[in-house]
Amino acid sequence: MALTAREIIPMRIAKEFKDGMLVNLGVGIPTLIPGYLPEGVEVWLESENGIIGFGAPAPAGTEDKLLVDASKKFTTIKPGGSIFDSATSFGIIRGGHLDYTILGALQVDQKGNLANWVVPGGKLAGMGGAMDLVSGAKHVIVATEHCSKDGKSKILKECTFPLTGLECVSMIVTELAVLRVTPEGLVLQETAPGVSVEDVVKNTEAELIIPDVVPTMPIL
Amino acid sequence: MSKSKVVSLHEAVSHIKDGDVIHFGGFYAIGTADDVIDEILRQGQKDLTVVNNDGNTPTVGVGRLIAAGRVKKFICSWCGLLPMIPEMVDKGELELELNPQGTLAERIRAAGFGLGGILTPTGVGTMVEQKWGQRVTLNGKDWLYHTPLRANVSVLEAYQADEAGNLIFHATQNNFNQVMAYAGDYVIASVIQPIVKKGELNPDYIQVQAPIVDALVQKEVK
Repeated sequence: MALTAREIIPMRIAKEFKDGMLVNLGVGIPTLIPGYLPEGVEVWLESENGIIGFGAPAPAGTEDKLLVDASKKFTTIKPGGSIFDSATSFGIIRGGHLDYTILGALQVDQKGNLANWVVPGGKLAGMGGAMDLVSGAKHVIVATEHCSKDGKSKILKECTFPLTGLECVSMIVTELAVLRVTPEGLVLQETAPGVSVEDVVKNTEAELIIPDVVPTMPIL
Repeated sequence: MSKSKVVSLHEAVSHIKDGDVIHFGGFYAIGTADDVIDEILRQGQKDLTVVNNDGNTPTVGVGRLIAAGRVKKFICSWCGLLPMIPEMVDKGELELELNPQGTLAERIRAAGFGLGGILTPTGVGTMVEQKWGQRVTLNGKDWLYHTPLRANVSVLEAYQADEAGNLIFHATQNNFNQVMAYAGDYVIASVIQPIVKKGELNPDYIQVQAPIVDALVQKEVK
């Protein structure tokens, strides 16, 4: 059976993580990555409300009512984990101490600009911690389905929605491809199993730099 | 010096005046002093400027003050659980100021620690710059300048306290509480555990120091 976007994307991003790294995972697909980490690789998960090293959701009946993750779910602390205040949390985020931040996108473009917090004319709910995460992490990976629900490419020449961050994205992982933002432009680095270069080009509005050889994602 | 700072909820909240700027700790109302919100609703203070990360919902947390029409300006990083806000903003009933969460924390920190503002890379080239920030270029790098964010009253929730005002937080209750403690002219802490005598807390674990806190309220555990 063919793999779905919710399998391919976290499986591929898991390959980027090294043991002991500090990472922040956005809502949705990014939260699935820890399930695909290879044996012997453990990362510290950061939660913007002030945790390094949170663990599994708290089992019903054992919740500490003062211990939640960034999605308001009761969580647990792994051995070695720590808790701190919001200024420290964002100092860690902005200060370059976070190895990776992985988050979704409404739009991302070939210069690495990211839009993921509001649509034009939409309800202005706020950016939360997203702008700090993309400005401060060493590496920003966008984990997103290649196209929106109405079939339009999310990977554009230029974002048209309000930006979350300027030229901040280093890598884009979708169910079709891995794309790398470079000074020369957006490079098609890998295709997903069973996906051709033409499939990626057809579904991408951005201009792609296509190397002579494009390997398949090393996920199987 | 040796006087206990424990006061009634009514007395603590009577220090809040119409038009005040109030810092409320809390992330989704975890670490928000809900007893103080109850008492503000009872006492009737209005035209408040409220600073809180997200406001939580119209029924739990700072969102209750917004839903009750007591807030003229809300400064937050996100308010996605308060569906009435866009309409209130459109009608001119509420002013909304959005800060990236780290910018919000750091503006509060700057106010409490004597700094003239902050320079952050966060938000350069975004709506934050267009609406709320000011770009500053120093040595070839772009930053956004933001002013310090001070309050008339800081409302905290703590887990443990002694009568002198030393505070200890538990788990993710801390969030903005610790940094807000230093940035309010009058600091109220609502304490969950029974407040102990001075000297009974381990000095190594104290997170907010006694002289910083003005009033302690013993929270009724529901």
